[in-house]
Amino acid sequence: MKLEARGVSVAYGGKTALDDVTFSLASGELVAIVGPNGSGKTTLLRALLGLVAADSGDAALDGRPVGAWSRRALAESIAALPQREEPAFPLTVHEAMLMGRWSRLGPIASVAESDELAIASALARCDMTGFEQRGIETLSGGEWQRVRLARALASMPRLLLLDEPTAALDIGHEMELFELLRELVADGLGVVVITHQLNLAARYADRMVLLDGGRVMAQGTPEEVLRADVVSKVFAWPVAVTSWKGGAPQIVPLRRNEQ
Amino acid sequence: MAWLCRGATNRWHTPASSPASPSRRRAFFVTARRLTRSRAALPILAIAAIGACVIGMLLGAVPFSPGAILSALRDAGAPDAAIVRDLRLPRVVLAFGVGGSLAVAGAALQALLRNPLAEPWLLGLSGGAALGAVIAVVIGLPLGWSVAACATAGALAAMALVYRISVVAGRRLDPRILLLAGVVVGAFTAAVTSALLVVTDPFTFHSATIWLFGGFGRSSWDLVGHFTVVAVPPLALLWWLARALDLLALGDDTAATLGVDVERTRRLVIVATSLLTAASVAAAGVIGFVGLVVPHALRGFVGPLHRSLLPAVFIAGGAFTVLADTAARTVLRPAELPVGVVTALVGVPIFAMLLRRTLR
Repeated sequence: MKLEARGVSVAYGGKTALDDVTFSLASGELVAIVGPNGSGKTTLLRALLGLVAADSGDAALDGRPVGAWSRRALAESIAALPQREEPAFPLTVHEAMLMGRWSRLGPIASVAESDELAIASALARCDMTGFEQRGIETLSGGEWQRVRLARALASMPRLLLLDEPTAALDIGHEMELFELLRELVADGLGVVVITHQLNLAARYADRMVLLDGGRVMAQGTPEEVLRADVVSKVFAWPVAVTSWKGGAPQIVPLRRNEQ
Repeated sequence: MAWLCRGATNRWHTPASSPASPSRRRAFFVTARRLTRSRAALPILAIAAIGACVIGMLLGAVPFSPGAILSALRDAGAPDAAIVRDLRLPRVVLAFGVGGSLAVAGAALQALLRNPLAEPWLLGLSGGAALGAVIAVVIGLPLGWSVAACATAGALAAMALVYRISVVAGRRLDPRILLLAGVVVGAFTAAVTSALLVVTDPFTFHSATIWLFGGFGRSSWDLVGHFTVVAVPPLALLWWLARALDLLALGDDTAATLGVDVERTRRLVIVATSLLTAASVAAAGVIGFVGLVVPHALRGFVGPLHRSLLPAVFIAGGAFTVLADTAARTVLRPAELPVGVVTALVGVPIFAMLLRRTLR
């Protein structure tokens, strides 16, 4: 299964958000999208999902433009976690999880044992077993994020798109999430994650995409993308690049007196 | 001394937020929720609804004994058969259908707008439908289908106007602005409706208050028939959209990624709720607060998932309106209160209470 953006440009009210971006995600790889605030990361994700119309170029799933797929068929293949989500009404964790199955069940079919099994295993995978009857308003930010990830997994997607999934998490939960993403990739999922954690992205991602001002500034393995000159320029702050145990490149932002 | 302050702050804050010491009232609601979110909720509601209908049949300008009602229903020649069969029974049936439809429309609009304050009356839909119906009557169209059609057109026009105003006011659709626009459009349509009612021949109408505050005084089997034909398709459509409504309540992007065609669903929900409101208003005038209070009260009991919420809301809304109508025709007997006055008198305090509880 392959999701790609082919020369996508998007403008919001005359302001360019994406400029001729080409990108692809295949099953079995973890791709990290990084870049400064407002560089177009979320817009790229929304374009891949068909949530924003491209002014030129298009996004396609298995060669077919995403706009030509029904939302239900897309939801069966691609699961996504938008950055923010505030349910309008109080839900229990189990009710929130059921909603991950609606695209598979359609409007009429009733909830079957296979749905409950999918929900239970997704919750177990995200370490949230036992929380089924809790109201989501009683969960911590990290727990709610893990429930949302479990809901995405409950629909048995082939591709997973995450927009800053660790923004509300402490390092323990953040590491657990990245480890889980790696496990999912080993199971054959394709995962895209938008993150500000350059160093974790470098250690976990197969490929990285660096965006700035809506353009792709660098794309490739972490070593190819995280070069001191490029990163310094894009984030407008001098950085040095070292490596962790001789492997993944690690960014160290410099203090003023170190420059 | 910082550690002392921190200790003091913690001690101050812990009891209120600690799950180990919930207030007794909260514990009651949690237990009630656990008990009733099971499959028992619908049968309990159904029994309550049957009780409401029995009360609605027994009480009225002339109270009947249960025996008199039964014999009148069994035998067309019984002394009270005409009143029971042709006045009271269609009135109870119509009140049940109208109340249920308004409550379902309210629940659907609340999910659509992600706002528990949305309701056909507050959004100006009911006012638009009433204006449409009154125009149909004033220009002398035959009663029946044309009134329902004009009420539908009025409800859709009001919804379009409310939408336009709120889109102009804020660049993105803000539910709060939408509600304000709804209240304004509702007030405007009520003003035009009142003006039309004043300048036209008073004999055209059973009573002006029916259109402005609602009433089931015109009930007949014909009216029940017209209402049913208009109301059943949108009710079925909303039930079919129940899971899409669940997802819409999570927000547009989340709903879309979980498989909802947001724009198409939004259009269908708007048309369905406009039709339901129009059917209800054409039959019984403007009745507020049913669509506000009933879904709000029931979410805690049957849960927020619309596959079970919508049927429960229909039954409870029907029962509530039958009781409201019974009160309307008995409290000041032989005078009759507009039923919208009763639903507002009962609905506003309940809503204020629920609102406080949700905001706490």
